[in-house]
Amino acid sequence: MKLDLNLINNIKVNLSAIERRTSSITKRRSVKKEFQAAWLLKAITLIDLTTLSGDDTFGKLERLCEKARKPISLDLQNHLEVNQDLIKVAAVCVYHHLVSEAKRILPKNIPVAAVSTGFPAGLSSFKTRKLEIIESIKNGADEIDIVINRGFVLQNKWDQLYKEVKDFKLAAKNKHIKAILGVGDLETLRNVAKASMVCMMAGADFIKTSTGKELINANLNNSLVMLRMIRQFYEMTGKKIGFKPAGGISTAKTVVEFLILVKEELGNNWINPKLLRIGASSLLIDIERQLYHYALGRYANKDKLALG
Amino acid sequence: MNKIIKNFKNIKYGPAPEDNKDVVKWINELEKPNKLFIDGKWTKSSSNKKIKSINPANNNKLASLIVANAKDINLAVKAAKSAYKKWSNTSANTRSKYLYALARLIQKHSRFLAVLETMDNGKPIRETRDIDIPLVARHFYYHAGWAAKINKKKVKSIGVVGQIIPWNFPLLMLAWKIAPAIATGNTVVLKPAEFTSLTALYFAELCQKAGIPKGVINIVTGDGGTGELITKHPDIQKIAFTGSTQVGKKIIQSTASSEKKLTMELGGKSPFIVFEDADLDSAVEGVVDAIWFNQGQVCCAGSRLLVQESIEKKFIKKLKKRMEKLRVGNPLDKSIDIGAIVASVQLKKIKQIVKKGEKEGCSLWQPSWASPKEGLFYPPSLFTNVSPSSYIAQIEIFGPVLTVLSFRTPSEAVSIANNTPYGLAASVWSENINLALDVAPKIKAGVIWINSTNLFDAACGFGGYKESGFGREGGSEGIRAYVDVSLPEISLKQKRKHKATLKLPIIDRTPKLYIGGKQKRPDSGYSFNQLTSNNKFICDIGRANRKDVRDCVEVAAQAYSKQPNNFNRSQILFYLAENLEQRKSTFIDLLINISGTTKNNAEKEFDMSCERIFYYASMADKFEGNIHNPPMRGLTLAVKESLGVIACLLDNNYPLLSISTILSSLFANGNASIIVPAEQSSLIATSMYQVFETSDIPPGYINILTTKQNELNTTLAQHENVDGIWCFSSNLKTRSDVTRNTIYNLKRYWCPKIKNLNWISNSEDFLLEFLYQGSQVKNIWIPYGE
Repeated sequence: MKLDLNLINNIKVNLSAIERRTSSITKRRSVKKEFQAAWLLKAITLIDLTTLSGDDTFGKLERLCEKARKPISLDLQNHLEVNQDLIKVAAVCVYHHLVSEAKRILPKNIPVAAVSTGFPAGLSSFKTRKLEIIESIKNGADEIDIVINRGFVLQNKWDQLYKEVKDFKLAAKNKHIKAILGVGDLETLRNVAKASMVCMMAGADFIKTSTGKELINANLNNSLVMLRMIRQFYEMTGKKIGFKPAGGISTAKTVVEFLILVKEELGNNWINPKLLRIGASSLLIDIERQLYHYALGRYANKDKLALG
Repeated sequence: MNKIIKNFKNIKYGPAPEDNKDVVKWINELEKPNKLFIDGKWTKSSSNKKIKSINPANNNKLASLIVANAKDINLAVKAAKSAYKKWSNTSANTRSKYLYALARLIQKHSRFLAVLETMDNGKPIRETRDIDIPLVARHFYYHAGWAAKINKKKVKSIGVVGQIIPWNFPLLMLAWKIAPAIATGNTVVLKPAEFTSLTALYFAELCQKAGIPKGVINIVTGDGGTGELITKHPDIQKIAFTGSTQVGKKIIQSTASSEKKLTMELGGKSPFIVFEDADLDSAVEGVVDAIWFNQGQVCCAGSRLLVQESIEKKFIKKLKKRMEKLRVGNPLDKSIDIGAIVASVQLKKIKQIVKKGEKEGCSLWQPSWASPKEGLFYPPSLFTNVSPSSYIAQIEIFGPVLTVLSFRTPSEAVSIANNTPYGLAASVWSENINLALDVAPKIKAGVIWINSTNLFDAACGFGGYKESGFGREGGSEGIRAYVDVSLPEISLKQKRKHKATLKLPIIDRTPKLYIGGKQKRPDSGYSFNQLTSNNKFICDIGRANRKDVRDCVEVAAQAYSKQPNNFNRSQILFYLAENLEQRKSTFIDLLINISGTTKNNAEKEFDMSCERIFYYASMADKFEGNIHNPPMRGLTLAVKESLGVIACLLDNNYPLLSISTILSSLFANGNASIIVPAEQSSLIATSMYQVFETSDIPPGYINILTTKQNELNTTLAQHENVDGIWCFSSNLKTRSDVTRNTIYNLKRYWCPKIKNLNWISNSEDFLLEFLYQGSQVKNIWIPYGE
């Protein structure tokens, strides 16, 4: 889609009203018992299991991939009577240098996402950022998480932002790209909304809240704004864009709140790995704990749950 | 298939019921029928009339309530009356501690109260748990603070207060009523609504736990008849009522002759205005909170959606999509947005109104899903193809039914918004602060929410304009409703009676009516005699009639629409005082001859009159509003606004000083006035208009109608374009007739029940009272943030 500056400039977001909506939505809906268990299992299947640290090694990756394949223990699966094939994470998300290794370890049905384009600041030269995408794909990455230049947003250089994301998309060829907005750097929800819209116009398949490295990451407020932009984009173009909240979603309770938000604002159609991902590293353990409680009726000791 | 897997595939909510075991147990243990809470104990009633309390979600009977009879009410009032002596003299600090104890107890039993309220009323547990009960606690905390605050200031309480509350927010309305009343030292007899009395009964148990002195709070169950017994009880000094406009009007009429103080929170048909530059998705959520909050059974529900034409289609499409997502059902379920309608009569009423709307040709839209069949449920409903004249656009439905109207410009939005007899609240949605803050003062309503809706807090005043009632609840303005402002009285000794000698110049005088800045001959063609105090003829005075009233109101309303700003008003009043000074000898002659006072007293009255005008000239830009601080990121502006056209019926007491006080205080606030002097002192009033003419009073802003005693009272009191009426008659019947006649447009009335008002008093409370009576508070909520 062409860049529609008129539309971008007319985007309105009212912070207080957004806050009221998010604080009420989490109180307006509640999921209990077997429904909650189902939602949590669903959440697992949406996770982009992530390790994005400076100290990532192959050993750490191996553990992560193992957890990706078997997110909950066999024991627990049996208690819940769910099929192992059903419950696996959506993808594994790593830095470029671990892509080929991850590809080698993981089964075919778990895609590998690479964070490219000078993650997390996205400020290295355009050439190298673009090259990183090409390299990651060459190494087997199935999806590319790109970071946008937040400076373009803060300076309202929408045409430049548009062009850059479009170029990245071209570089990624037919692979899915997720545009990371770095919401924490954008400061206002109006900026978040406008950046979301520009990225979608430029061809991003997903919009993602943050790198996890900023001070403010995914929360219900910025997510609500992004979801509403996705809805508007869908109404305009008929194209469904995915959403990926990342950073800070570490408890089962929080992830259910995000799911409720997506269900209410976009509907069930969006609750599948094609359109919804949750970038998280420690979330899985807490979900497992909750499922344990549901299955066995008592609270789990964390040492009984396998580390990722 | 395994349940989990099934739900996994189509991610559903499933039931999430709130546990109600403890509450059911309490209800089952309630005595059948209940007893009344009188004088700190549970008292058996002699009445054998009962009403049934049901759970509207399933029609099951919850309890059997006694309909308190006259004997019970007498007992309750007696208890309140005898408790009053001690309670009103209890140190404010001690009263504060009792209120604090109640606040704490409410928090300690918050979930119990929430569940009980939901079972009794049918509203979703989400609302009782997250909105009603926290606000109840907040209200007691806030007023505990007020009790402590007024400790530092002398504040007089009123006495025994009768309080009658509605079924839509049973415990919250109880808190709104009881907290300020007892904080200021009054004692209460409260009647909860017949459909929803249970939380009030539980609250009585909390009162016992808190050790509230016996008789301070009395709670009696019953129906409309019981309410009537309260309103008519001679030992009750004030009635605070929340309910329908229809019943409110009845109460005004029935209490007119006993001159009880009143607070009336009545109906509404509040506009929800969406401008094209609003955050539309957020505005859609606003609509949900406006009309599908508490099943739309909210007096300030945003039931008239006004959308700018340019975005109407888009907005309605969004709204319909949103409505599809609303969930109606078991109110105890935590995932429910809309619960049950309170009673079958109410449900029937909603259905009838909707049917009538359809018959009129308005298009009804409801979501595709069906509401539960059992229990009293009604789906969220949307009417399009509505015009301002449609029945459903005018009548208060008190149900989850929204009507949509469109507008093209801000001024059109304002006129449609104001096109209703009500004036309780309004929401204004725009991202343009200039537009939003421009529209807010133009809407005639007591509460304006900018980019928000249905926000409440104990620190902010709530209450209506027009037929939505008067008096405020919450904030400093709410405290005023429970405080006695007694006016100064002259002792009989001071009353003057002197023999006057006619000293007036012989030139023939032709006093006329003063309408629209012009001297007008009376329509009737009749005159009456202006006599001296010893009955000597001075001249003929024009005798105004109904038609003069009609013309006068018309020009006054026109003048009011071009209100000069406060600085202009101040200058004009200063100038008026200056010009009056120059006519000192004329007025002193008039006073001596007409009031029969001594020269000394006449001079004193004259000087006081000039001083008074000076005082109000200086107050024109100093009688300011407040900024309330509710716990949110934002401001609530409590703006003092003028009322409009005020008619003022004077008596013969201090003729020059009273008219000077009245006209300058009304003018200072920006009201247009129609002054009817006492028959005997008409010439003093008409002598003023020459001063007006030289003082740049905008034409029509101050008008004088002379007439025979009480001849225009009814016409003015009933005139629906008069916004307020003041009557200073010393005659009870005159005052109560005026009060009774105000109900047609619920005009503000002020008929002080005082024999001989001491106009000469210079106490600040006395002088400020005129400004308070000539104004009303509008709370403008402005949440902000980027």
